[in-house]
Amino acid sequence: MSRRGRSGASAAIPDAVVGLRTDAEQWLRWALLALYAGFLYAFVLAPMVQVAWRSLLDGEGGFVALANYLRYFRTPAIAASITNSLVVSSAAMVVTVVLAFVYAYALTRVRLPGRGAFRLLAMLPIFAPSLVQGIAFVYVFGNNGVFTRLTGVNIGVYGAKGIVMAEVFYCFPHAMLILVAALSAADARLYDAAATLGASRLRTFRTVTLPSVRYGVMSACFVVFTLVITDFGIPKVIGGKYSVMATEIYNQVIGQQNFTMGATVSVVLLVPALLAFLVDRLVQRRQYALVTSAARPLVPGGGGAARWALLVYCTAVAAAVVGIYAVIVTSSLVARWPYDFSPTLRHYTFDTIGGYTPLLNSVEVAALTAVAGTLITFGGAYLVERCRSPFNGALYMLSILPVSIPGMVLGLAYIFTFNAPDSPLNRLYGTLAILVVSNVVHYFTVPFLTATTALKQMDPEFESVGASMGVRFYRTVWRVTVPIALPAIVGIGMYFFLNAMVTLSAVVFLVAPGTELAAVAVLLLDDAGETAQATAMSVLIILIGLGVRTAHAVALRGVTRRTQAWRTGPSGPPARG
Amino acid sequence: MADPRPPAVALEGIAKKFGPVVALRDVSLTVAEGEFACFLGPSGCGKTTLLRIVAGLERQNAGVVRLAGRDVSRLPPGERSYGIVFQSYALFPNLTVARNVAYGLEARRAARARVAARVDELLDLVHLRAHRDRYPAQLSGGEQQRVALARALAPSPTLLLLDEPLSARDARVRVALRHEIKTLQRRLGLTTIMVTHDQEEALTMADRIVVMHDGAVEQIGTPQEIYDAPSSLFVARFVGHMNFLPATSLGPGESRVADLRLRHRPVAPDAGGAVTLAIRPEDVVLGPAAREAANRGPARVAALQFLGGYTRVTLELAGVPGRPIDCDVAAGALPEAGVKEGGEVVAALPPDRLRAYPGAPPAR
Repeated sequence: MSRRGRSGASAAIPDAVVGLRTDAEQWLRWALLALYAGFLYAFVLAPMVQVAWRSLLDGEGGFVALANYLRYFRTPAIAASITNSLVVSSAAMVVTVVLAFVYAYALTRVRLPGRGAFRLLAMLPIFAPSLVQGIAFVYVFGNNGVFTRLTGVNIGVYGAKGIVMAEVFYCFPHAMLILVAALSAADARLYDAAATLGASRLRTFRTVTLPSVRYGVMSACFVVFTLVITDFGIPKVIGGKYSVMATEIYNQVIGQQNFTMGATVSVVLLVPALLAFLVDRLVQRRQYALVTSAARPLVPGGGGAARWALLVYCTAVAAAVVGIYAVIVTSSLVARWPYDFSPTLRHYTFDTIGGYTPLLNSVEVAALTAVAGTLITFGGAYLVERCRSPFNGALYMLSILPVSIPGMVLGLAYIFTFNAPDSPLNRLYGTLAILVVSNVVHYFTVPFLTATTALKQMDPEFESVGASMGVRFYRTVWRVTVPIALPAIVGIGMYFFLNAMVTLSAVVFLVAPGTELAAVAVLLLDDAGETAQATAMSVLIILIGLGVRTAHAVALRGVTRRTQAWRTGPSGPPARG
Repeated sequence: MADPRPPAVALEGIAKKFGPVVALRDVSLTVAEGEFACFLGPSGCGKTTLLRIVAGLERQNAGVVRLAGRDVSRLPPGERSYGIVFQSYALFPNLTVARNVAYGLEARRAARARVAARVDELLDLVHLRAHRDRYPAQLSGGEQQRVALARALAPSPTLLLLDEPLSARDARVRVALRHEIKTLQRRLGLTTIMVTHDQEEALTMADRIVVMHDGAVEQIGTPQEIYDAPSSLFVARFVGHMNFLPATSLGPGESRVADLRLRHRPVAPDAGGAVTLAIRPEDVVLGPAAREAANRGPARVAALQFLGGYTRVTLELAGVPGRPIDCDVAAGALPEAGVKEGGEVVAALPPDRLRAYPGAPPAR
């Protein structure tokens, strides 16, 4: 070994790197990246551009610039939908987050009996289409509701009040999950310090608990706000004449066949959803490293008198959730709620909509969505995370964008894009495939981020090890990456399946004769006055969701025992420098 | 050397930048066959980047990488024939020890029986045959590292690359592993490049050390050369413990520190400017031996630090306040030197041990 001298350090260094010879493997990587970029372009970017473009055209396709927007803002009946949307979303956000915070606090910070059951019961709304909550409130507080009939008091459930009440129940589990996660990540040392310094319980709560969960609370707020403002089912069944933006799009498109106004409202609806998304991203970025590895987990305390108060509270909330579903189940099993309570199964024949086709379609679409969605999100996350290219930043942004696209907007965008005779993909229109695609895109972001996180937690040198020994990257993915990420992958599939079963907004414009879906059937049945059949369909949707979830839990336990044996060891993986 | 064979590794003018940040500037060096080379330097000096460029895991902006004479600059990693052990080991947690070791062999479509035989051979080599069916998480840190070594060696590479393989371990394990890696490397006669920021590790393991600083090579030499004759102030400070004294040059071999005129090894550049004198603690002479020596002066004992086999004496040279120098005295020699905390002694800085570098001393 010898030193060959060192010339001037300022010798110009070229900008380009010495490229590796392009082998078949590299071509494959690029081809896959191009395929993924093509998917995002065709099903995310191009449709959104279409919606924006159509909002600038008149009914005949002539360019009218912002005329549609001016008309929107100047027509009081339509413009009211903006303020209405903001009002109900803000109200539902505040109520949901406050209720869910207390609930989550009780589950994580107090040694409450039956914590597992409380958590499970609060999750029930996840398994039902949102409008089920609306139907239940109509059944109880509507003009012919049981409460109204028993007490003679009509609280006026149709309108903002009813929307907010139903949305609170619909959004409760989403907020609770985020807050439970935030409250679980506590550092006991801070509480010890507060205690030794003589801080009162209230002061400790204000100075330690609240600051440590503020990002979780913000995140919950954004999620609930977005869920409500983009939700279509609940305002549709319980809103009455109270128009919100999501229902306004539906009215313009389905009721008046006014596609350009639908596009205009869609673009306006994008704004708050996009804003919530951007602010949430900013907040999340600051959230890291609140709890360091040196933190000691907090053991839930006794809680004293507060414990009993919280127990009563949780029982009340859980009872309300259970009550809603009891109403739904009961109404589907009796002759005519609330007049005739004789038991019957006739609502389960679905005679007006041609039997079980919608439900079977839904299961098929949900299963396909789970498979395709998992493949695309995990594959996409892998490509963006592990295959270097100059476009990865843009691909990442496009991959997390869908969360800010309301389902109604996505559906409308797909009509514009795929129901055009000159579109190369117009054969998709009216098939189950387009429903699968719209579900995959609608629910893309969360699985994509889950997969990205799972990949980020993995040693980046796994691929390097494989590469150094001439092992093809896809082999290492199959042998190592996928098995390690299996729990995340199964979770992603589950997320897609459950959401595809219950979603309404993304598919309501896209179902066609022969591709009816269960959630849409619930809406149409309710619209047609066949409310008992609507609830019967809802019950079946919920049962399928619960069944699949349970099967998943059981299967996962078995799979974990066999394939994830390596996770249990006396010592953890080596510390990274 | 009249060796007809090309060097195992030859780097010619390697340069690398990440965006506007220059990570490596014009690095050229060679590693002979069978040699154990260490890239040594502080974090951010470019040593890991250089290793990854050799491996083909990072692509250089300029320069040529030759392995055994063959230009591999544009070859993908898998065609360069090396084995690599990462800092994290990157053992596949879902595969058993045996499957981990077999990983590179199975891709080559070798016959199953031959793969099994090779795996056993390697597990014997690292003394882990009993653990062949365990998962990495069930092994200790040292065992994990041996698995990573076995996996890297399984496809019979001609070059072994080690990226800070010992940095994540506790001190005791580290010493044992050092010995183990070195023994294995000797036995196999395998050309090896190890990246480390730990100068002690480099000194004990390497045949040659490449000291790197700020994206460039500072010095290349045997551990002895690097330790005895650091070629720059940076190397002097980075490798081993070193005392520094700010001085004014009076000529190529003489400088003034406060009132002391000190002779030292000649420093090439101009006389009259600021220079830094450097001497290792074990080279400072104390007590009776210093009384007749050159470069001597009175000193006050500021502190004593008992370190087992020797004692580190911290001295304040008369007239040089704020620049204490350390002096290591063997345990047995301490009484004879007459050193007491707060006491006065005579200290000498032998001229052939005292080195001078241009410029002011590094901040302490």
